[in-house]
Amino acid sequence: MTGHVEERTDPRVAFEAAKLGVWAFLATEVLLFGALFTAYTVFRIQYPQLFYEQHLKLNRILGTVNTLVLISSSLLVALGVNAIRRGKTRFMVICYGATVLLGAVFLCVKYVEWTEEFHKGLYPGTNIFFSLYFMMTGLHGIHVLAGMCVLAYVAVLAHRGRFSESYYTPVELSGLYWHFVDLVWIYLLPLLYLIG
Amino acid sequence: MSQESTGSRRTYFIVYAALVALTVVTVLVSYVNLGLMNVVVALAIASVKASLVALFFMHLKSEDRLVWGFALVPLAFLALIIGGTLLDTMLR
Amino acid sequence: MNGEPETGRGYLEERGWRSWAYTMDHKRIGVMYLCTTIAFFFIGGIFALLLRLELLSPQAKYFSDHAYNVFFTLHGAMMIFLFIIPAIPSGLGNFFIPMHIGARDVAFPRLNLASYWIFVAGFLVVIASLVSPMDTGWTFYTPYSAKTGAAVATLSFGIFLIGMSSILTGLNFIVTIHMMRAPGMTWHRMPLFLWGMYATSIIQVIATPVVGVTFLLLAMERIFGVAFFDPSKGGDPVLFQHFFWFYSHPVVYVMILPAMGIISEVIPVFSRKPIFGYKAIAYSSLAIAFLGFLVWGHHMFTSGMSPLANAFFSFLTFFVAVPTAVKVFNWIATLYKGSITFEAPMLYALTFIFLFAVGGLTGPFLGALATDVQLHDTYFVVAHFHYTMMGGTVMGFFAGLHYWFPKMTGKMLNEKVARIAWALVFLGFNVTFFTMFITGFEGMPRRYAEYLPRYHVENVISSIGSAILAVGILVMFWNFLQGIRKGPPAPGNPWRALTLEWQTSSPPITENFPEIPVVTDWPYGYGEPKGRTA
Repeated sequence: MTGHVEERTDPRVAFEAAKLGVWAFLATEVLLFGALFTAYTVFRIQYPQLFYEQHLKLNRILGTVNTLVLISSSLLVALGVNAIRRGKTRFMVICYGATVLLGAVFLCVKYVEWTEEFHKGLYPGTNIFFSLYFMMTGLHGIHVLAGMCVLAYVAVLAHRGRFSESYYTPVELSGLYWHFVDLVWIYLLPLLYLIG
Repeated sequence: MSQESTGSRRTYFIVYAALVALTVVTVLVSYVNLGLMNVVVALAIASVKASLVALFFMHLKSEDRLVWGFALVPLAFLALIIGGTLLDTMLR
Repeated sequence: MNGEPETGRGYLEERGWRSWAYTMDHKRIGVMYLCTTIAFFFIGGIFALLLRLELLSPQAKYFSDHAYNVFFTLHGAMMIFLFIIPAIPSGLGNFFIPMHIGARDVAFPRLNLASYWIFVAGFLVVIASLVSPMDTGWTFYTPYSAKTGAAVATLSFGIFLIGMSSILTGLNFIVTIHMMRAPGMTWHRMPLFLWGMYATSIIQVIATPVVGVTFLLLAMERIFGVAFFDPSKGGDPVLFQHFFWFYSHPVVYVMILPAMGIISEVIPVFSRKPIFGYKAIAYSSLAIAFLGFLVWGHHMFTSGMSPLANAFFSFLTFFVAVPTAVKVFNWIATLYKGSITFEAPMLYALTFIFLFAVGGLTGPFLGALATDVQLHDTYFVVAHFHYTMMGGTVMGFFAGLHYWFPKMTGKMLNEKVARIAWALVFLGFNVTFFTMFITGFEGMPRRYAEYLPRYHVENVISSIGSAILAVGILVMFWNFLQGIRKGPPAPGNPWRALTLEWQTSSPPITENFPEIPVVTDWPYGYGEPKGRTA
C-alpha cells in the first residue's frame, strides 16, 4: 500500500522526473494566468483611456515595494538551494524561513492596498480595469499563499534533517515554483501599475 | 544529481542587483510620457527581468533541451490564444 | 514469458476498501476511474433517453421546458466532463501506459491517487449543484449563465476541480512517458496508443487551465460582479466563447486521440499484419493535437466574430482533416490483405473507422462558413458530433474494453453475446443519429422541447433508434458482469498480441512484470519472422 515503486526508482531518474513534472506544472500555470493576460490585452486595446485613468488610482509606491520584496525573496530561495547543494542545511532553513516572511510581507502590503481601494469605492465590479486588477492580483496572491505553505513545509522538513547535499529534490523544486510566482509579478507590475 | 549545474552565489547577487536596477528604471520611465513607447519599454524591461529569473534563479541556462521545451512551448500557446482572440476583437 | 510468472500476486488479490482507497497501483486507480466514469455514462445516458422520450411528440408532453433544458445540460455536461474526457485517458490510460512502456508504475503514483480523489471531489460538487440544476447547456455561454438562477458557480467549481485532476493526470503521463520507459523502449518502438496518450496529455496540460480560469471568472461575475463578460460594464460575452473553445475544441482531441490509439492497437492484432505507416500514425497524433489548438473559432461563426477571424478559423479547420485522414488511410492499408478475424474488439474498431469517417466527412459542412450559417445549432450539428464523439470515441472505448477485458479481469468474455450487443449498438446508433443529419438539414433547431409537426417522423425514428442503442449497451455491460462473475480464466495473451502488457499474466501482478523487460523491436511485427523478444 505504500509507494511500492518509488523506492526502486533510481534517484537520479526520480529527480529528473520530478523536475520535469514541476516544469509541466508551470506550463499549466502559464496558461492559467494566460487567459487573464489575454483578457487584459483585449480590453486594454479596446479602452486605452479607461486603463490610463483608472490605473492612476493604484498605489504605485506600494506596488514597487512589493516587487522589491518578491525579488529579494527569490534571491533568498536561490541562495537556499545553493546552500543545500553544499550541505549547509541551517543556512537553507534560514533562507526559506525568511522567504516565507517576505511572502507574508507581500500579502500584508497587498491587504493594505486592497483596503485602500475598497475605501475609495473601487471594487472588482467597478469597471473592467478593476475587474482585471482584482482578479490578477487575487489569483497571484493565492499563488503566493500556496508558495508560502510549500516553502514553510520544506523548511520544516529540512530542519528535521530530511535533506542533504545528496538529496534535496523538494528544496530545489519548491524553489522553482516560488521563482515562477515572482516571474508573474514581474509582468503584473508594469501592466497594472505603470501604464503611463 | 545535477551538482554541476549552475549558480555561484556571486552570480545570484549580480542578477539580484540587475533586477533591482531594472525595477527602479521601469518605475522611473513610467513617469515620463513616451506615448505608445511606454508599453513597449515596460514590457521589454519586464521580459529582461523575467529572463534573468528563469535563466539564473531557475537554472534554465544549464538545463537540457527537454526542459527548455517545457518552458517555451506554453509561451507559444500563450501567444496563440492572445493572437487568435485579437484577430477577432480588434477587427470586429 | 507467456505463462504464469513465478513471483508476485495478482493486482486484484488484496481485499477490503482500504486496499482500493489508498492504493497507489496505477492499475487499481485505472479501474476506479473506469467504474466511476462508466457510472456517469449510464446516468448521462438516462438523461439522453429522457430527451428522446420527450421528442416523441411535437408538443412538450412529459416534462416542462425547464426540465428539458436541465436534461440536455446534464446529459452534455456529464457525458463530456465526467465520462468521455476522463474515461479513456484516466481509466484505460492509467492501466496501460506503464504496462506499455514496461514500467512498474507511473512516475508519480501518489499524485495519481490524489488526482483520482480530486476527481471524486469534483463530481461530488457537481452533484451538489443539482439542488438548483443547470439549464444553460454544457457550454455555459454568457450572458445567460451569468444571470440564470441555477447553481452555476457551484457547477463551475466542480468542473474546475475535475479539470485540475485532468491536468495532474496529463502531467503525470507526460513525465511517465519521458522518464519511465523500459530499456530499449525508444520513442519509435512505443505502441501507438502511447503516442495518442502523449499528445492527449499535452492538450490536457496546456488547455485545461484556460477553461479553469474561465469558469472562475464566470463564478466571480456571479458573486462579485466582475465585468469580463458583461457588456453593460464594457465586457465582452464573446470573449467567454473564445476562452471556452480554446479549451473545448482541443479537448475533443483529448477525447478522440486516445480512442484512435486503441484502434491502432486493435487493427494490427486482428489483421495479423504489421501496422502500416507507423511513423505517419504516430506523428499525426501530435499534428492533430497541434492543429486542434488553431481552430477554436470555428465554433463561433455565428457569434459575431470579425470576418477575418471567421475566414482564418474556417481555413485552418480544413487542415485538421489531413492528419486525421492519414490515420484512417493507414488503418485501411493495414487491413488490406490481412488475415482478419472479427472478434468483438475488431468489430468495434471497424465500426469506429466507419462511423468516424461519416462524422469526419460531415465536418467540412460545418467548417465552411456558408454552410455553417445554415446548419449551425440544428440537429445536423448534434448528429455530427455524436458521430465523432460517440461513433468515434465511445466505440474506441468499447473496443478497448473488449480488447483489454481479459487482461484487466483475468476472465474471458462470452463472444457470442458481445457480437449481439455490437449489432444492436451499431444498428441503434445509426438509426438514431443518421436520421438527425436529415432532420438538421431540414432545419430543425436543437435544444428545444417542442418542434414543428413536420419533423415528427424523423424524431420518432431517432427515438426508436435510441431505445435499440440503449438495449445494446445494456446487453454489453450485462455481458461484462457475467464475464467478471463466471467467465473462463483468461490466458496471458489470448489475442497473440505483441505489446508488453500481454507478455505478463492476466490479471497482471502488482509489479506488472516479474522483471523489467528489455525491448529489442517494435511491437507490430505480426506475420514477420522475428517477433519481439521480451
